[in-house]
Amino acid sequence: MSLFNVFNVAGSGLNAETIRLNTTASNLANAESVNGDLTKVYRARHPVFQAMMDTADTSFENQDASSGVRVLGIVESAAPPVKTYQPDHPLADKDGFVYSSNVNSIEEMTNMISANRSFATDIEAINTARDLLLKVISMGH
Amino acid sequence: MFNNIFGIHEQALMLHGERLGVLAANLANADTPGYKARDIDFAAVLSQTDGATALPLQLTHAAHITFSDGELPSGELKYRNPYQASLDGNTVEMPVEQAAFSENNVRYQASLNFINLTIADLTLAITG
Repeated sequence: MSLFNVFNVAGSGLNAETIRLNTTASNLANAESVNGDLTKVYRARHPVFQAMMDTADTSFENQDASSGVRVLGIVESAAPPVKTYQPDHPLADKDGFVYSSNVNSIEEMTNMISANRSFATDIEAINTARDLLLKVISMGH
Repeated sequence: MFNNIFGIHEQALMLHGERLGVLAANLANADTPGYKARDIDFAAVLSQTDGATALPLQLTHAAHITFSDGELPSGELKYRNPYQASLDGNTVEMPVEQAAFSENNVRYQASLNFINLTIADLTLAITG
């Protein structure tokens, strides 16, 4: 019964969007992080989503009718960190430079809104499936 | 007499249930790069059963069993044509999917209502 499958599919969506929100929170929290070492500076992290084909699902002509979503991994942004000359900074390197994270706050904010919307949509799908199943249970009463 | 008391609504209900799952998958993958939105061609699948005759039977494998009454006719998932393709190859368009989802929801409840009314009619006939 594929109505129950909606819970799995939308649930995987909720999980993926939660991870996306977490990375966004981490990025925003570290937006002003600085480091004197270019290799150790915080870089914006973004999850990579991938459709999850449910091969066990034989509904509707054995096609993978319902595919959830999973987070394949987290990638770090390749944008260059911001280099500023602050010789009096305690973390400055020997040339007097500090490097701050490459987080783009505006990009993160829009990412957060998008994740928020997707999360709400998945919740709505779960609620709809639940309502319909409850009506099926009371069929004939 | 009781072979087909619910008419087409029995199949329609199951098909709407399947479609709900497919549309939920589209919604869940709204941010997945390269994901292609899919849908069930409802009219094409349901036209294979007119509610009165026996369902068409397709055996493509030796292990296939025959359809019993009330099972879904065969059909294929179709890929949706996006109005505007996005750069990451994802063809899920949120408003389209949400509209299809709520439409499917209404149709599901309509079929359910018809079935409930049929049950109520039969109950009335039995109890008098």
